[in-house]
Amino acid sequence: MEAAARLTRNHNPPIRPACRLPLEQRLPAPHLIDAEALVLDQALQLLQQAGALLPDEVPYSAAWLQGVLDALCDLSSKDALTGLVNRRSFEMALAREVDRVARSGEAALLLVLDIDHFKAVNDTHGHGAGDHVIRAVAGAIAQTVRPMDLVARVGGEEFSIILPNCATHVGLAVAERVRERVSELSIEISSGQMLSVTVSIGGAFAPQWVRSSPLLWTERADRQLYRAKAEGRNRACLEPQIDSLVSAEEKGMLFASLNSDLQQDKP
Amino acid sequence: MSIASDPAAPAASPPSRPARGGARTLAVTSGKGGVGKTFVTANLAAALAAQGQKVLVLDADLGLANLDVVLNLHPKLTLHDVFTEKATLEQAILPAPGGFSVLLAGSGMVEYSRLTPEVRDKLLHIIDLVKPRFDWVLLDTGAGISDVVLYAISLATDVLVVATPEPTSLTDAYATIKVLATQQERRHVGLVVNQANRVGEGKLICGQLQQVLQRFVGPQPGQTFRLELFAEVKADPAVKQAVLKRQLMLEHYPGCDAAQAIRALASKLLG
Repeated sequence: MEAAARLTRNHNPPIRPACRLPLEQRLPAPHLIDAEALVLDQALQLLQQAGALLPDEVPYSAAWLQGVLDALCDLSSKDALTGLVNRRSFEMALAREVDRVARSGEAALLLVLDIDHFKAVNDTHGHGAGDHVIRAVAGAIAQTVRPMDLVARVGGEEFSIILPNCATHVGLAVAERVRERVSELSIEISSGQMLSVTVSIGGAFAPQWVRSSPLLWTERADRQLYRAKAEGRNRACLEPQIDSLVSAEEKGMLFASLNSDLQQDKP
Repeated sequence: MSIASDPAAPAASPPSRPARGGARTLAVTSGKGGVGKTFVTANLAAALAAQGQKVLVLDADLGLANLDVVLNLHPKLTLHDVFTEKATLEQAILPAPGGFSVLLAGSGMVEYSRLTPEVRDKLLHIIDLVKPRFDWVLLDTGAGISDVVLYAISLATDVLVVATPEPTSLTDAYATIKVLATQQERRHVGLVVNQANRVGEGKLICGQLQQVLQRFVGPQPGQTFRLELFAEVKADPAVKQAVLKRQLMLEHYPGCDAAQAIRALASKLLG
């Protein structure tokens, strides 16, 4: 129901809460926090397990607490296996990009990728091999795109890339480059055993000038991913760019019955 | 999706008085120029006003505004003066014959006919300002599918596409609707067939357009696109007379077929 509402209401964007606290609440209020009384064992343990560096500052000083919070934020935005951005921060970034495109009118491309026949990799070679493959593919994607692009692991073997300011005529070339780069990988899944995988890619540009929703944008890209899968995998499909040109086929159909109707009208 | 649950469907919405959250915004567009878009907009505004609605027509054809020509108005202050802060909105909103208000673009708007961030912000701001004061804001857009036209349409909750039975008009109307369905993700668009040659032609054209749209634009999973015939305005000598004399048809030829069709359109919009 909520999804349906969002599908049709994209012209009235919801008002989002302010992301900053009012100034008075941001001012230091030392009397409010007794740093020593904080129980941080679990947080610190979590950071240690994740291999995050703990801050150098004096423990429980303001700078140290800030360092711990930053490390936790970093941890909660990253995917543990690949080090890529995780689904949650991807969704935040996508919402930001929708807003940005609505204002700037710049073309922005969303690519969704899925490793082909990944289940077979897991079933045949085990989950450890699957993890190797996911890490290798993640690395290949990250190396192929620009530093400003955001690569996320959004599901098991699914990745998404937000490419801001990406001209529409290069969209397919970018997607193809990612696809090729992955297909060239030779992934060592156990000593001496190499494996190659391919990805299917779907893509859609954000509607320019118009405030869309992350949901609609993702759906459009997903639809192209299904198309890439259906057309045989290891390929990239982008939503055709909207052009005002009406094809001959469309014109033919548009006037076919109107013409015959007019014929009948003649005496 | 039922019609009642679709906020984009004008017919399903209740009459907008008191308008909570402000006026209903309706963009009138056409693809091809010269099909009677401004004629339909102005007379529709008069018909809505006659039913007690507070209506503002905003000339969103920034480059080639001609609402003033159609209504024979000679405005001293226009949208251009509001944009350049030479006039307040109150000063630039003028009464028009037919009992509605207009905000005319003025000829100085050519510099604003390109969609810069400034133009977008200003249009958006102005629409936000006028919405609480009216029951209806009609956006008379320019011809074509330029970024300004598409942006103006994107500011409206409902869209009417005006077309004549001429092949070039139908093709351009089709292209416009296609862009609205895909780029703006519209689910519902209203069609006005103007200058119809005979009764039933509007229905025929609407059905044909819907069929081609179904084939080439959708249906996409979970989405239905509906083109709804909102009015069939028959070719009428009175229309030609009114246009030539720069008069409002609804005022000067209230009994003609075309006037009745426009009044029916207003009633349909009011639900």
